[in-house]
Amino acid sequence: MSKIMPFTGAQAVANAMRQINPDVVAVFPITPQTEIMMQFAKFHADGDVDTELVRVESEHSAMSCCVGASAAGARAITATASAGLALMWEILGVASGSRLPIVMPVVNRALSSPINIHCDHSDAMGCRDHGWIQIFNENAQEAYESVFLAVKLAEHPDVLLPAMVCLDGFITSHGVQNMELFEDKEMKDFVGEYQPKKWLLNTDDPVTVGPLELQDYFFETQKQRADAMMKAKEIYLSVGRELSKITGKEYPYFEGYQLDDAEAVIIVMNSTAGNTKAVIDKMRSEGKKVGLLKPRLFRPFPYEEIAKALSGKRYAAILDRAESYGANAPLYGEIKNALYEVQEKPKLKSYIYGLGGRNIFEAEIENVFETLLSGDFDPMEVGHIGLRGESQ
Amino acid sequence: MNYKQLVNKPQKLAPGHRSCAGCGFPPIVRTILASTDCPIVASCSTGCLEVTTTIYPFTSWRIPFIHSAFENSASTIIGVESAYNVLKRKGRIPKDKEIKFVGFGGDGGTYDIGLQSLSGALERGHDFVYVLYDNEAYMNTGIQRSSATPMGASTTTAPAGKVHQGKEEWKKDFAKICAAHNIPYVAQASLHNPIDLSMKAEKAFRTKGPAVLIVFQPCTLGWKYPNDMTVEIAKMAVDSKFWPLYEVENGKYKLNYKPSKELPITDYMKPQGRYKHLFRPENKGLLEKIQAHVNSEWEKLVKLCEG
Repeated sequence: MSKIMPFTGAQAVANAMRQINPDVVAVFPITPQTEIMMQFAKFHADGDVDTELVRVESEHSAMSCCVGASAAGARAITATASAGLALMWEILGVASGSRLPIVMPVVNRALSSPINIHCDHSDAMGCRDHGWIQIFNENAQEAYESVFLAVKLAEHPDVLLPAMVCLDGFITSHGVQNMELFEDKEMKDFVGEYQPKKWLLNTDDPVTVGPLELQDYFFETQKQRADAMMKAKEIYLSVGRELSKITGKEYPYFEGYQLDDAEAVIIVMNSTAGNTKAVIDKMRSEGKKVGLLKPRLFRPFPYEEIAKALSGKRYAAILDRAESYGANAPLYGEIKNALYEVQEKPKLKSYIYGLGGRNIFEAEIENVFETLLSGDFDPMEVGHIGLRGESQ
Repeated sequence: MNYKQLVNKPQKLAPGHRSCAGCGFPPIVRTILASTDCPIVASCSTGCLEVTTTIYPFTSWRIPFIHSAFENSASTIIGVESAYNVLKRKGRIPKDKEIKFVGFGGDGGTYDIGLQSLSGALERGHDFVYVLYDNEAYMNTGIQRSSATPMGASTTTAPAGKVHQGKEEWKKDFAKICAAHNIPYVAQASLHNPIDLSMKAEKAFRTKGPAVLIVFQPCTLGWKYPNDMTVEIAKMAVDSKFWPLYEVENGKYKLNYKPSKELPITDYMKPQGRYKHLFRPENKGLLEKIQAHVNSEWEKLVKLCEG
């Protein structure tokens, strides 16, 4: 039997980790991730897990420790945010390049400078091309379930890539929500035990991990990593179907909300999708055909499926919680790419919103829909929601 | 172990790697790996040792080996050690199987960029051996100055010129930094004395908790001496008191070797091209300053050893 618990997103994720009982967890504090590791350390102190808990001296060492542990044959987890993720950046590539299925909740927070501890997606977007699977989550419930999905997906023998589970800093990590906690045993059984083919601690079968590869082999190794990432796309769905048997939920590439007959669509990830749903309910009651497309799997990116879902729509606004200085905003760029081959493509508008935790209000989301429905907007001009001195 | 026992141990680092003729680290690595009969897992920071022994699809390592990056040999090997602890607890590794863990790093990867990662691992008390092979500069990238480079040595980023005479700062005292972590075992060793090195490696492997071996490794390319002189140069470093052989066991200092005939530091420096400019008449004062520094450091050490 599952239970309904009033959990913050951080508690939800920590409870997922408790149920998984990872072999090795490396912890280092950074706001707003710290809550996850404090909660997990309490589980450790109370003997709820028999994890080897390593209180490293930096995120760089957190990821290095996970690399060592995972290559040694252990299931390894850490969590981070913002500057912590940036400090790990070098070793993120080592983890994916060495094909180590490390799982890492990322509590999305702005990157310095100026320093800001609040939510945006610039941290995760900064490493979107680094060979990590990235799953984005609207709320505590999704983040909780995604941790299990991420472990099983990452460790799949045809994938063997690390995975990030992204949730919004403070908004999701610290906001209390009623959520469904599934039974310990069921969840533990779902992830099973990590059993790699080659592992360092199997000293009878020595393996060299992380060799020097020069012009003659490096390229092939990178191609294998790219192929594995493409395979992860299919396997995400099959692992999701397996998880559905326990949770009764679905794990699509993206969630559509009132999408089928929508004329105007907002495409947005994580917590703002929840606000958008409320706006849609209100506008639908006024007879306006508005809908939401909320990507959940960002890496690998489901181009074909999103293209199909948007084909024939009149208007779409893409709301990015990150800048890409001098280029298309990250999500907007992907959506535009996806639509290249589509005949009946919607007219698009790119919006930046919520940087450094700037609030977004329902009235602002409603304005975006109204702008779309009017058809009177310049698709080449980037909008900034809630920016001082700029009207939408 | 005596020489005969040492040479009859299995070679865990295979021949046929691509280090330079006269390179000092292969005998260091072999001696250390031969000093325990337990299975070993090794990590290594980016550097000469790693790039010359793991050129895909070949590997010289007959033991499990991992390289991750430049600054994290320590935090990588403690990840392996942590995995060992838990997998043993969970029964995936037999209870009676003892595995040893060793992290290798050069001076750049340890004195400089990897200092934090090693310090954290020492402070947390992980059960592993860290081996620093000290060749006194960033050799893999082409002889750049590190904080292990000694005063006066010419490197490519602190070259001897018309105004500057190579490195203008003293070498960092790394053994004392490690000892200040209050770990059970720290030792300085040199490749010219494999019996002493092996004794220290055996002790390090037997130690419960962190142990650090700092091994002096002359570099034929970077120090610019004929490649048949590696062992001799190392011996001169010790006989001139530049590189004392000593141990710090549970906080207690012990000098392992007192040269019966002390060499002037200039005898050690003379055959090395990196010090060539110091022998110009105008740099006489600098040589005297270096000799005075060696003497005073030695005296401080002797006092520590006398307790």
